[in-house]
Amino acid sequence: MEQEALVELIPRLRRYARALTGERFRADDLVQDTLERALSKWALWRPGTDLRAWTFTIMHNVFVNQVRRSVLAAESLDPDAGMDVEDSGARADTLAQLNALNSALQRLPDEHREVLLLVTLEGFSYDEAAHTLGLPIGTVMSRLARARGKLAVLLEGNAAQAAPQVQLKIVK
Amino acid sequence: MNPTDSAPDGGREALLEADIHRLLDGELPPARAAEVAAWIAADPQRTRQADAWRRQRALLHERYDSLLTEPIPPAMLQTLSTAPTTRAYARAALQSLWLRAAGIVLLAGACGSAGWFGHARLGNPQAPDALTALSQRAAMAHAVFSPEVRHPVEVTASEELHLVRWLSARLATPVRAPVLIPQGYALVGGRLLPGEDRPVAQFMYQNGAGKRLTLYVSTLTPGSPSLRETAFRFERFRNVNTFYWVENTRAYALSGDLTREELMPVARTVYEQLAKSMPEPAQGVQPAKAQP
Repeated sequence: MEQEALVELIPRLRRYARALTGERFRADDLVQDTLERALSKWALWRPGTDLRAWTFTIMHNVFVNQVRRSVLAAESLDPDAGMDVEDSGARADTLAQLNALNSALQRLPDEHREVLLLVTLEGFSYDEAAHTLGLPIGTVMSRLARARGKLAVLLEGNAAQAAPQVQLKIVK
Repeated sequence: MNPTDSAPDGGREALLEADIHRLLDGELPPARAAEVAAWIAADPQRTRQADAWRRQRALLHERYDSLLTEPIPPAMLQTLSTAPTTRAYARAALQSLWLRAAGIVLLAGACGSAGWFGHARLGNPQAPDALTALSQRAAMAHAVFSPEVRHPVEVTASEELHLVRWLSARLATPVRAPVLIPQGYALVGGRLLPGEDRPVAQFMYQNGAGKRLTLYVSTLTPGSPSLRETAFRFERFRNVNTFYWVENTRAYALSGDLTREELMPVARTVYEQLAKSMPEPAQGVQPAKAQP
């Protein structure tokens, strides 16, 4: 039964991976590596727990490792530091927005993009996203706010969309 | 967690800011959600912001949801088929219809390069006709979205008028959601999906026991051979049963995890309601709806 669930998760893993990497082949490689890793760790999965979160956690780890390998030399940025928005952008119609969406997404820091996609595209609750990524829920929320703010600027070229939520304060 | 209760006044704006996100993400209890929605509506700046974020969600789905119904690359299923835990199921999936629906080319490639498929029995080497392929996409879409707890639909039945107008605009033809209350099914809502070469609509229904049905609606190209099809057809894909038919230049597929005998009368009702003239979506009158 659980095995069936793993097969049935593939379309979701592929959707998430595509949006996360922005590239068809990289995305399918990521899914492939994730499936292989999930199988090698299958004994660690506890039946009755959330297989989707478990699998997405594996994908997150595989992704982070791939990124780490590929950008070893790149400068390290604090993903939660303030971001400059350099792109004034042009107001685009929907079609252009769709085309622009993928590249805009790739300009978000990986950590922010992951949270945005898990919550917005995959429908994870804040709790599930926090659990999947191993983050406090407050970090999930602040990254989500930043990701949405920056994406709005990139897509709509309207700085007003991004301004107010940068100082989001979370009280638990 | 309700941070606003304990928030000092100075933090209120920031907390409300966070509540916009919570509202959009379904994280607020209904009473608080209504309060935040009113607060957003009262301020054009907040409204613009919330709208921008809603658009982001719609754009993301529009851009990436096609991955949900795309055939799974054989290499992935092959990976699972080599593991004892998943072997049987992955092999069954490999041979199943949802690969055959659109994956003939992929399979041909895999046959040539991997050889693994040499002993995989493929029941019918012929590409299915356009209608069968459509019913398979409908079944797949049902399998993907009907188990959704949090986001089964993009637009809920509480905004049915908006839903119907939106889908009609995107399909470029009037569509409407049949009323299935007498059959025990209330409208949950609907969503836009990528079809083979055009957008399609999916309406979701749910009965008191939580069973869900989905109605998949696609337009057909004028002159398409499928348009001559009048019969009610039935297919079973894994555990999803689907009745599908053509009416008025549109193809419909009703899918559910029901027996053929249970699904048949509902399909007949849908057919009868939609076969009548297709008026513009009716205003106002809505049946009580189920909460997903």
